[in-house]
Amino acid sequence: MQANSLGATVRDFRDRSGPRHIRIDPLLLLAVLGLAVCSLYTIATATQDDVAGSPHYYLYRQAVYVGIGLVLMLLISRLDYTRLREAKAGLYAALIASIVLVFALGTVSKGAKRAIELPFFEIQTSELGKVLLILALSAVLVDRVRMIGSRETTSRAMLLVLIPALLVIAQPDLGTGLVYISIGLVTLFVAGTKLSHFAVLGALAAAAVAIVLVAAPAAGVEVLKPYQTARLTSFVNPSDNLNREGYQQQQSQVAIGAGGKTGRGDQATQTKLNFLPEHHTDFVFAVVGEEFGFAGAAIVLSLFALLIWRALRILTMSKDLFGTLIAAGVLAMLMHQIFINVGMTIGIMPITGVTLPLMSYGGSSVLVTFIALGLLQSVHAQARETAFAKGGGLAI
Amino acid sequence: MYLDSRDQRPSLTPQLAMRVAILGGIALLFFALIFFRLWFLQVLSGDTYRAEANDNRVRSIKVEAPRGEIVDRNGQVLVENRAGIAVQVSPKRLPASRAERRQLYRRLGRVLEMKPRRIERKVERQLVEIPYSAATVKQDIEPDVLAYLLEHSDDFPGVEAARVYLREYPAGQSGAHLYGYTREVTQEQLDSGDYADVALGDLVGQDGIERQYDRFLRGKNGAERVQVDALGRLRGEPLDGRQPEQGRQLRLSLDLDVEQSGQASLAGRRGGFVAMDVRNGEVLALGSGPSFDPNVFSTPISTSQFNALQSEDNGKPLFDRAIQGGYPTGSTFKSITAVAALEGGLITANDVVVDGGSVQVGDQIFHNAGDAAHGPVALRQALSVSSDVYFYLLGQKADGTGDGNLIQRWARRLGLGEPTGIDLPGEQAGIVPNRAWRNNLLKQKLTDRPWSVGDNVNLAVGQGDLLASPLQMGVAYAALANGGKVLRPRLGLRIEDSSGRPLQELAGSVARRVHIQPEYRQAILEGLRSAANDPGGTSTPVFEGFPIEVAGKTGTAETTSGIDQSWYVALAPYDNPRYVVAVTIEGGGFGAEAAAPAARQILGSLFDVDQDGAIPTGTAQD
Repeated sequence: MQANSLGATVRDFRDRSGPRHIRIDPLLLLAVLGLAVCSLYTIATATQDDVAGSPHYYLYRQAVYVGIGLVLMLLISRLDYTRLREAKAGLYAALIASIVLVFALGTVSKGAKRAIELPFFEIQTSELGKVLLILALSAVLVDRVRMIGSRETTSRAMLLVLIPALLVIAQPDLGTGLVYISIGLVTLFVAGTKLSHFAVLGALAAAAVAIVLVAAPAAGVEVLKPYQTARLTSFVNPSDNLNREGYQQQQSQVAIGAGGKTGRGDQATQTKLNFLPEHHTDFVFAVVGEEFGFAGAAIVLSLFALLIWRALRILTMSKDLFGTLIAAGVLAMLMHQIFINVGMTIGIMPITGVTLPLMSYGGSSVLVTFIALGLLQSVHAQARETAFAKGGGLAI
Repeated sequence: MYLDSRDQRPSLTPQLAMRVAILGGIALLFFALIFFRLWFLQVLSGDTYRAEANDNRVRSIKVEAPRGEIVDRNGQVLVENRAGIAVQVSPKRLPASRAERRQLYRRLGRVLEMKPRRIERKVERQLVEIPYSAATVKQDIEPDVLAYLLEHSDDFPGVEAARVYLREYPAGQSGAHLYGYTREVTQEQLDSGDYADVALGDLVGQDGIERQYDRFLRGKNGAERVQVDALGRLRGEPLDGRQPEQGRQLRLSLDLDVEQSGQASLAGRRGGFVAMDVRNGEVLALGSGPSFDPNVFSTPISTSQFNALQSEDNGKPLFDRAIQGGYPTGSTFKSITAVAALEGGLITANDVVVDGGSVQVGDQIFHNAGDAAHGPVALRQALSVSSDVYFYLLGQKADGTGDGNLIQRWARRLGLGEPTGIDLPGEQAGIVPNRAWRNNLLKQKLTDRPWSVGDNVNLAVGQGDLLASPLQMGVAYAALANGGKVLRPRLGLRIEDSSGRPLQELAGSVARRVHIQPEYRQAILEGLRSAANDPGGTSTPVFEGFPIEVAGKTGTAETTSGIDQSWYVALAPYDNPRYVVAVTIEGGGFGAEAAAPAARQILGSLFDVDQDGAIPTGTAQD
């Protein structure tokens, strides 16, 4: 006890004298900055011919989003996330309200109502909803921590997730809706829900998929839009299925394959001549693959691996369950989007329309990712602070 | 220790550790999957995908090669190319909605003076046949129409101009039947395997010389390789390409001057003519009347125009009477009967027959033309005055000798009853009637009576069921003149490069050789000379004053339609024949009245003599 107490005092002293920003995870920050640089560089080369007379149109905008995002992330990382626990009802209400608001006020883009037009900015509330859901769900689970193994807890939590998820799918934005579900499942998993509950959830999900894709269309009820079904099924054999979705995936694979080991640089014709659609948003990874080849793709993937490793680590070192679950939610969001998006561009995952975190162009996506990373950093910072206070000390 | 114990950091329970490990394991698994897939796509299949990416962006645009020109034996241009402007519609940039397309067609129709409905049908049919490739709306537009379209290109989305080569025929109606026309290659032709290096949409010769010598005349299309974006718009500089190569020049044996005088000699009447070198089969003139202006075929022709060219009332201008026409040949056939009779031993050249003006064979009485009685005649005299009775008797005798096919056999040997094999498509075989032929018709109930000796009597003077074309008669007379070589007439003389340097001689050929005793041949030629030169000869008045000695035979055939078919076949110069000229004119009256003067006009042009002055017509009733 004595030694411990002394040690804590020494460390307290060191801590107070040291710079405060040491409390954020520097490796996580490194991964984030690295990805931001990759994103800006890729978008700069991929979009220089897209807007006539304004070769840097997308670059400048993305740079602004990244700048604002970084500031947001650093601000949030200094915030004590534990205070958000009390606000859970408000957060959840905001989540549902923002999604419902889109139905009322949303602007239609590519046949879907997903965004609300603000004076300078068009916000996709379903993106922001991911963070709101992570916070609200984590808080609810922490409240029920003693009943975590009960069926009631699991079903309540899933209900909390499914309401916004289905609303988002109805926008229609299937990709983001599925991200919500991933967040819910991983958070429950980390919280300690019984594996048998997951087995039941899995069975229910399989039944739901069967109903949505097979039974309902047969009965004449259209749950998914036809294009959504086409997207989900086209990856099975894109070259046989040359509708728009199959075409996109085919062109994406051609782009990545053509990149070879070190990329085509200026000769990246799939991107520059527009054969690769959505090359600055959903298919940005294919641009990386074509312009910078296997080497470039490996660098980006390594940065993502670093990101996921740090998220897992922060999950384990959190000072409380709330932080653990927030980290789990952010981890779920990142993993889901990375694997689904990259998998889609290389033809091993269906096209569900999610962005590649930090890489894809787009204000809502970039800002929300930075907010989520800010929360992660906050969990890390709080854990560090507690550890120093307790004298536990943790290696970076 | 400063913190509320409820919010104490949970220790890393074994359960959480396991679950975090599982999440980490899933992440690792996915990263491994992604890396393997990337390795496969980029490192192992990189070259394949790079090729596919290049396929995506590179479009080959066909650059049409002009066809070779066709010139006559002296280098005068018969068929050449003219650059034209075609209006095309590019499917990629056409408006998507049907209503907008219709509006476009309406606007385009006003400018091109076409019915919008017709444009729509035309475009849509072509787009079905060859999707993605531009559909031609109109072949040959005026420069000011093009200028208007370019100035208002915003009103005409998808409308483009393309340079095309159009065939032009400076000689107009002369030789119109020979050249044929070009059209896009058909699927059947491609399937036939004869057009190995031709692609759908390429022009090939579809008739006449254009078809016969297509592989020489056809050029090699060039290709322009350009880079396009996903919407098919051109981007950047053109890549490397291949220049189009013009087709070879074809030199014909035709002599445009002779051809023109032949066409003129018909003077709009229905008929056909041929002038051929009896030594090698080179055709110097081959034509048919009425003729037409082949320039109408260089751009798509309207149905009504086409029907007019085929209508019987207009004399079926498209019908090539020189090789497709089948006519009874009248007395011009007598030379063939004479060969058969001499070779078959029915008669000698000096045997005299008394021509009393008519002869009874069986229960039929056959008369001389005009009921003239020529008195005692031998072969030469019989040919000179064209005694029918003399040849009636030979026909009767031949029918009763051997199998009765003596005359038919010789007619066939000399090239009648089968295509001559000239280098033009569409030739007709004609008919040499014999017993088996008519009896077979009877069996099929196509005629009401069997073969009789009267048929052979008629055949001996070129009447009855005999059908032959001017070209066939020319070949038969050429064989008489050259000592038995039955020639394959030919128009193609030489393949040359575009500046006229010879590349390949097109050798003539002989279908077969028939042996005719020189003295028989001589006797017949003397008879023919006499017919054109001696007093009483059927065409003597026609060739009065002609500086070259001609041997020739008139013919007047009664056709089934009741109009007289006028014939003349001439060999010249008599002592060493070089050319044969055969002319037939439908409804021209007696041979000496119509066909012989036409032949004289052609001969005058062949020998470059006698170009001016009126040509006398004969009155001999044959």
